[in-house]
Amino acid sequence: MALLPQSSRREMEEHRFHPLVLVLIPLLAIFLQVYLPLRFPSVLVLNLPVLVVIYFAVSRRSPIAGTLLGLVIGILQDAVTHLPLGINGIIDCILGYLAASIGLRIDVDNPGTRLMMNFAFLLLASILHVLILRSLLGMHAEWYWLHEFIRAIVNALLGVILFALLDRLRRRE
Amino acid sequence: MESFLSRYRNPLILLAVVLAQMLGLAVQVRRTATGGKGAQQTRLIRYWVITLISPAERIFLLAGHGVSNTWHGYLDLRHVRAQNQQLHAELDRMRVEEASLAENARQDMRLQKLFAFQQHYVSKTVAAHVIGTSGTELSRVLYIDKGSADGIHTDMPVITPDGVVGKTRDVFPHESQVLEINDPTSGLGVILTQTRLRGILRGNTAGQTEIIDILPDERIQHGETVVTSGGDQVYPPGLPVGAVERVVNDPERNPYVAVLIRPAVSLSRLDEVLVITETQSTMPSTMQQDIATSEQKAADILAQRLPGVNVTQPLGPDGKPLDPNAPPPPVRPPASLHPDRFTPGATPPAADLTPGAEDSNRVFVPQPPTSTSTNGAAAPQSTQKQTTNPHQEPQP
Repeated sequence: MALLPQSSRREMEEHRFHPLVLVLIPLLAIFLQVYLPLRFPSVLVLNLPVLVVIYFAVSRRSPIAGTLLGLVIGILQDAVTHLPLGINGIIDCILGYLAASIGLRIDVDNPGTRLMMNFAFLLLASILHVLILRSLLGMHAEWYWLHEFIRAIVNALLGVILFALLDRLRRRE
Repeated sequence: MESFLSRYRNPLILLAVVLAQMLGLAVQVRRTATGGKGAQQTRLIRYWVITLISPAERIFLLAGHGVSNTWHGYLDLRHVRAQNQQLHAELDRMRVEEASLAENARQDMRLQKLFAFQQHYVSKTVAAHVIGTSGTELSRVLYIDKGSADGIHTDMPVITPDGVVGKTRDVFPHESQVLEINDPTSGLGVILTQTRLRGILRGNTAGQTEIIDILPDERIQHGETVVTSGGDQVYPPGLPVGAVERVVNDPERNPYVAVLIRPAVSLSRLDEVLVITETQSTMPSTMQQDIATSEQKAADILAQRLPGVNVTQPLGPDGKPLDPNAPPPPVRPPASLHPDRFTPGATPPAADLTPGAEDSNRVFVPQPPTSTSTNGAAAPQSTQKQTTNPHQEPQP
């Protein structure tokens, strides 16, 4: 994981995207997340919206933008469940903020770095999920280590492929 | 102060956003618990999101069904004739079976009326396509393409021909959210058909369905059928729910156990469902028509196989049927020519018996059918006749 010096960090470009991409890609991710399990039930282990939050937050390298993007995508995710609005909102906000902060400090274009970063973030998302359900909502939520570990690995691998595809949508300046 | 804000601007914004959402969560949970109007505000956000996503889901669904129907239509055509004959034969068999059960059903209804028990028959359903899910394992909900514009309201049972799926939760004009029975927040009154144990079925965090708060009982066996009990006032009684898979200890509710149920419906692979929009306490006219058809069919088959048995409508003094529109009488075996004490109907009613009375030699001889009762299906009327020898066959 290559740490960038201060000068390089300043000079580092902030990747930009067409506004339509910023709107359509999160919507597409949410659409696929709710539609695909009808045909392939095992797709429920994927968390495409979180991967999209991580990608755009890392690319924009702005913690505030990452937080707000996480807020919007998280609320959209919550809206299609029957649970209170804000569960995924909180998780995605925190992940967006952390991803943007990390994007400022390390080179995240490397596939190996992306794999490790995605794995850590997806595991953190699962932990936050259980914490919020238990502590804030008083709901019964069990923690299955193996299941969450496998989920994080699968999402991390998918994230590497997805990020490579999304890299093509960057604006060249 | 200004330098503090500018220095910690990013984490402060994150903190503010997270705190605002936590506050929002607390308000939603409180209003839901107290039954307030908080759901209306979040419902609006949900409505916007569903309205945004559902058109794309409908397009994908239509496209998928178009391709699938074309392909399956071609495949089905190759076997349609043989399948048609097989289905006709099966329908005939089912009709005969239905006719034999119809009389029991009528008796059951009379008893229910006697005990002032309200049976609920499904009288109206709305078919709907499943167009989406929640996309997470923590929320077991489905979205269907029918809403309040189609007569759907909150808390309506959703079923398939195999069994119960769940109930409607949030209903929008053209879409509805269905809470599945394997969601941890669902609750469904059920009854085990053999042991007659009642309980509440709900989902657990692993997505399984379980009956909770049941005392350990050795009679609960693997494979026992579970149906709705009707006690929850949402689902009509008697709908299939699933079968017992195994009994496990419930450490949170000691000494109770949890009975894991294998749902009758494959909840993860649903294409079409039925929403029960109306139930009624009397048998629907279509069901009555089906029973009448079945009894007529059974009578025809019996007449064909046993030509000596005359199964016809009761005739009036003028030789015409008393009621031409009435369904044919239930099919029963003809009265025996030499009835004895083993003949059906020869046993006296329990109300006529006196405990300890010396009347063990009595033999009740059923009377042969009268001339007005032209069909052989009429039940013989019992008369009492004292005989000296209990083994002696009475005169017809």
